[in-house]
Amino acid sequence: MDFNHTEDRAMLKDMVTRFLADNYALEKRNEAAESSEGFSREQWSRFAELGLIGALFSEEVGGFGGAGFDISVLFEELGRGLVVEPFLASAVLGGTMLAELGSDDQKAMIGDVISGEKLLAFAHGEPQSHYDLSHVETMARKDTGKWVLNGKKAVVLNGDSADALIVTARTAGSSWDEDGLSAFIVPANTDGLTVRGYPTIDGQHACEIDLNDVRLEESALLGKDGDAYPAIELSVARANVALTSEAIGLMEVCRDMTLDYLRTRKQFGVPIGKFQALQHRMATVLTEIEQARSAAINAAGRLDLSRREREMAVSSAKALAGRIGRLVAEEAIQMHGGIAMTWEYGLGHFAKRLIMLDHQFGDVDYHTVRFAEFSRKAT
Amino acid sequence: MDLNYTDEEIAFRDDVRAFLKAELPASVSDKVKGGKRLTKEDMDSWHAILNKRGWLAENWPVEYGGTGWNAVQQQIFDDETCAAGAPRIVPFGLKMLAPVLIKYGSEEQKKHYLPRILDGSDWWCQGYSEPGAGSDLASLKTRAVRDGDHFIVNGQKTWTTLGQYANKIFCLVRTSTEGKPQEGISFLLIDMDTPGITVRPIILLEGTHEVNEVFFDDVRVPVENLVGEENKGWTYAKYLLTHERTNIANVGANKVSLEHLKHIGRTQKVRGRPLIEDPLFAARLAQIEMELDAMATTNLRLLSSPDSVANAGPMSSMLKIKGTEIRQALNDLTRRALGPYAMPFVSEALETGYNEEPIGPDYAAPVSKDYFNNRKITIYGGSNEIQRGIITKMMMGL
Repeated sequence: MDFNHTEDRAMLKDMVTRFLADNYALEKRNEAAESSEGFSREQWSRFAELGLIGALFSEEVGGFGGAGFDISVLFEELGRGLVVEPFLASAVLGGTMLAELGSDDQKAMIGDVISGEKLLAFAHGEPQSHYDLSHVETMARKDTGKWVLNGKKAVVLNGDSADALIVTARTAGSSWDEDGLSAFIVPANTDGLTVRGYPTIDGQHACEIDLNDVRLEESALLGKDGDAYPAIELSVARANVALTSEAIGLMEVCRDMTLDYLRTRKQFGVPIGKFQALQHRMATVLTEIEQARSAAINAAGRLDLSRREREMAVSSAKALAGRIGRLVAEEAIQMHGGIAMTWEYGLGHFAKRLIMLDHQFGDVDYHTVRFAEFSRKAT
Repeated sequence: MDLNYTDEEIAFRDDVRAFLKAELPASVSDKVKGGKRLTKEDMDSWHAILNKRGWLAENWPVEYGGTGWNAVQQQIFDDETCAAGAPRIVPFGLKMLAPVLIKYGSEEQKKHYLPRILDGSDWWCQGYSEPGAGSDLASLKTRAVRDGDHFIVNGQKTWTTLGQYANKIFCLVRTSTEGKPQEGISFLLIDMDTPGITVRPIILLEGTHEVNEVFFDDVRVPVENLVGEENKGWTYAKYLLTHERTNIANVGANKVSLEHLKHIGRTQKVRGRPLIEDPLFAARLAQIEMELDAMATTNLRLLSSPDSVANAGPMSSMLKIKGTEIRQALNDLTRRALGPYAMPFVSEALETGYNEEPIGPDYAAPVSKDYFNNRKITIYGGSNEIQRGIITKMMMGL
């Protein structure tokens, strides 16, 4: 075994760290987060020029990476920088769906995604689906050579900025069937598509989507009719590797700010880090972050194994990231005291993102139960 | 012992209910129930309605215009007003300053200020915390130097809740640097209109403005605004804080949050079933409910003890810890109950007059904001770490 990154990934990591340190100050980030799209197009182009979007795609589709550890290296730094640009929506979620299911013609779009010229989003979750991946009520039916889609999609990350949405819909079966799900490429300007964008509390952007008799060419179908579920699960597995790695970056920022604060902030005449009550809690935080990091490594390294091995590692990592992320965010705020409650200080923005990560693609309870279900089944 | 309400207590409860039904404006209670932001006018109007009925100063002696209610009556009133969606009464004048004035203030101060607190002429805010002091309150640095008939005040206060609305501030100031840090502190009443005072908003992490910084630059305060004796302010400050901490248990508000969470649990669906039927969620909910039920009784035990203030030290610290932890557990589970709909944050949706369709369920808008905003409750009023220190110090004799 070898727990060191390859030379290429180590270089990628260094480059992103430096770039973000020089170009991604928190005030600039917040400005972008508060803009109408929730991110900066200019930053996105610069990220594309640096090759960061391409690092999330395999060579077969025109990228230069795309493995689990490429995702984890990049997203850990994106977490540390609190980056709001649409890496997850466009490259990981939309990109994986396209790469997994697309025909050669359809995959041609990936070049524009990698260059940053086109944005994708993944419109899968629905108002009643909670975190359940198989719960799709949006329907797609054939009508005189066209696909017609009707339904609603909920909390679609960056869906209000996407040039094309990857929309899932049911072509057979009933709610919670894994079989019968299909995926479609829906250009943003398609008639019948209503997109309502809004900010999220952690500075991201999402939207609600109404599909009202959205008529698509037959060529809009991705992959085989009714067979999209394995690609959906893989896309979300890759997203969860990204999210757990992002969580590590966020936790380490919270950790470093808190350690610094415990060493410098004086109360009752001594640095507050001298108080054993705080020392022991900090020790717990430090220990737990290492657990989260190991779980995230497990998930990134097992993405290419069997479904069961992959999904157990992913659920385990996401459950630990959820539990530990909350611990770190809450403890960092508590140990900082009032200053952490302010908009200006910065810690709160990291804490908000860390808490909200738990609400994307399954929280700690959802993944704990899911892990137990996979674990219970014989290998 | 008898944990049931007596006939008189039930009659009192019915009285309170009838009053709330008749007098609490729906325009206000709808906002409270919907988690919308209250305006100063909303808070003022409820204050005036309670005052008119004589039910404003529940913890004051009758001779000053208080209700004279016993602990059980106070708890009934708290439960009923919270359940009806009444705004929380701004506590700074009524529940913090007034007890100090009644116990330590001069006759003139009582005669002047207490009626003005009741009729809403004065909106008080708190000048305790300072940057760099935090829970180490005795390290405060704001100076007041005697100059004839005035004190000249210089320094800075922070975390001044709703200070943007206040016309008065009660302040702890340093009048001496000799002896222990607690010994040179005085308790001053200051008019916010006095030249030299600047109020600056602090925006909290979820983007709301409820606290402020207050700067004092050669502010002249008449000596008759000193409460009690010079350099004895620490005694009054501690007395005030025990009142603040008892209030922080917030039993009624916690009960309302619990009911709201149950409502959400019945409405949210997971795999087509109500969330409340999910064993993991049900167990998490049950744990909170058991804790809350026990805390409500602890609260009553404290309030009904013959000398509740004398016993209030460690017990009020325990209530502060429990009350805030239960509240945070409720906020946390409510957030998690929403699933992905915990993420959207449309700030305008919290204002009255926002008529667009909500994003997700209609109860979703304030939930994550409340979760983040209420991280403060284990920090303020003496952090929970400080409370644990008080408990061990007073109960272990070390």
